[in-house]
Amino acid sequence: MPSPVLEVRGLKKHFVVRRGLFGRESAWVKAVDGVDFAIHPGETLGLIGESGCGKTTTSKLILLQETPTAGSIAFEGRDIAGLAGAELMAYRRAVQVVFQDPFSSLSPRMRVRDIIAEPLEIHTDLARAAIDERVGQVLELVGLTRDVAPLFPHEFSGGQRQRVAIARALATDTRLIVLDEPVSALDVSVRAQIINQLEHLQRTLGVSYLFIGHDLATVAHISHRIAVMYLGKIVESADSDALCARPMHPYTKALFAAALPSRPGDRTESGTIVGEIPSPLSLPTGCRFHPRCPSAMPVCSEAEPSLQRREGAGLVACHLY
Amino acid sequence: MAPVLEVSGLQTHFFTFGGARVVKAVDGVSFSLGDGETLGLVGESGSGKTTTCLSIVGLLPRAARIVGGRVLFEGDELTRMSQRELRRVRGRRIAVMLQDPMASLNPLFTIFRQVAEPAFFHQQMRGRTLRARVQQLLKAVRIPSPEWRMRDYPHQMSGGMRQRIVGAIALAGGPKLVIADEPTTNLDVTIQAQYLDLLKDIQRETGVALIFVTHNLGIVAKMCDRVAVMYAGKIIEQASVRELFDDPKHPYTRALLGSVPKLGSKEPLYSIAGQPPNPASLPPGCPFHPRCREALPRCASVDPPDFHLGDGSVARCWLLDDAVARP
Repeated sequence: MPSPVLEVRGLKKHFVVRRGLFGRESAWVKAVDGVDFAIHPGETLGLIGESGCGKTTTSKLILLQETPTAGSIAFEGRDIAGLAGAELMAYRRAVQVVFQDPFSSLSPRMRVRDIIAEPLEIHTDLARAAIDERVGQVLELVGLTRDVAPLFPHEFSGGQRQRVAIARALATDTRLIVLDEPVSALDVSVRAQIINQLEHLQRTLGVSYLFIGHDLATVAHISHRIAVMYLGKIVESADSDALCARPMHPYTKALFAAALPSRPGDRTESGTIVGEIPSPLSLPTGCRFHPRCPSAMPVCSEAEPSLQRREGAGLVACHLY
Repeated sequence: MAPVLEVSGLQTHFFTFGGARVVKAVDGVSFSLGDGETLGLVGESGSGKTTTCLSIVGLLPRAARIVGGRVLFEGDELTRMSQRELRRVRGRRIAVMLQDPMASLNPLFTIFRQVAEPAFFHQQMRGRTLRARVQQLLKAVRIPSPEWRMRDYPHQMSGGMRQRIVGAIALAGGPKLVIADEPTTNLDVTIQAQYLDLLKDIQRETGVALIFVTHNLGIVAKMCDRVAVMYAGKIIEQASVRELFDDPKHPYTRALLGSVPKLGSKEPLYSIAGQPPNPASLPPGCPFHPRCREALPRCASVDPPDFHLGDGSVARCWLLDDAVARP
């Protein structure tokens, strides 16, 4: 197996939310609390979980918008924590992001040409003509035409704007794109276009994706592997097909039970979980899922299960196995 | 049995620039809804599904006017009612649930006050009876320890709980019809599943009819008895849920069903070319023809009529012209 593009080990990010008397730190939100995963070249890792599970914080740590409390992120074998100068620029070139809402992620005052050219102007010393050529290239890559370059974002529909955002992410020689819910703000009939386009780009360019989402069917469709997060920890990770065929962790099972049927009468197995996600300020003891878990045992409230490899090649953190 | 709601030929247009520009947001929509039935109103943004609902309850923005059609609710013609008369219908006989629970709850009032309002105004409940009624409603939507939680303010509750409060307000007047406009879009998947199950239970207990506005076909498959698919202000296909999923008649419905990822399947998605049309400048003929893979020459010039098919479904598409016997 080739070495991974991105390798995350024991990643933690804790936020202080309350400082007590004399500036003593008294309350912490453990947004990301010990996460390990790797993304290989040309691979899509799906990161799935409900709001507050830490998936967006994880993406921010990878994009160097936050500094980790503990743990390491290695890009092509090098820890990104110590990067500076030219090496840092090279990292920022290679790792790009596409956000959920293309209506707020693209500047309304910039032309499409300038939006896509900005990373090129910062990161390369290409001449103007060469930049224009590259802008045209990436626009064609994402299924737009070269002549849209002088237009402003408001002249595009949601799906086209998201294509512009993807084109911008591809402009530098990108090797990993963090896709933070890239289709959930789009119309249903346009989502399939963008998903197909992303899959096509991956096949032709060999770029890797970290696909963050909450819709199980979409994430399972585009991802090769899936990691399920709950309250800052990965509770299960497996190949996408294996996970869909045989979810192991009770939380993953609950997500599948909650998924909407694709046709009427498709009764998804019952077992919707009760309750809501607890406050990350006061995490349950032991396994974080045990208060909502239908198959919780006494041990679950005492000891926290660790991620163990199971037959069928998946990793599960649960005392049941 | 007479239907609870019968909408026929409803046309709601927006007039802007002093009437110089007309946007036909809803253009000839007909459907009916029986007791305890659930109708899914499916469409993309701009297809007119929300405007249809607002027309029924008379909550249209100022620029919009109902220019044609009828809305019969339990024998009353709603489009002819004054706002004063409509106020006695809304909240009591018809309730509306909107997408964002934070926007539909007032942050300055307690849960008690907001849930009590319909019963206070419409049924003149006061004092202990009113308090008992609110507790009963909160219990019906599974709020734990309602006698305590009703003193809380909306910000003290989670998103799922707030949406359940909105549900309790909707039920407070004892309505015959609830219009739910994408009530679960802001909720997490496990919370969404809980909420949808709760709505089904309540419907079973109270026999209320439901209009479910959504763009999510999964919700339709789970919740609805019948579906109306809207595109550019018109219902382009209407059928029972099973019929629609098993044998979709309109190419747009087929495309929509094919474009949704199925759990555990890696088959390439069917992608619909182009964008949903701008309702201010619709193409001539069938509004879907520029994106339709099966378009015929006449689709570009003549808008198809409703074709009634043998199985009770209705679709607007010239492809069905030969399939149905002319009357």
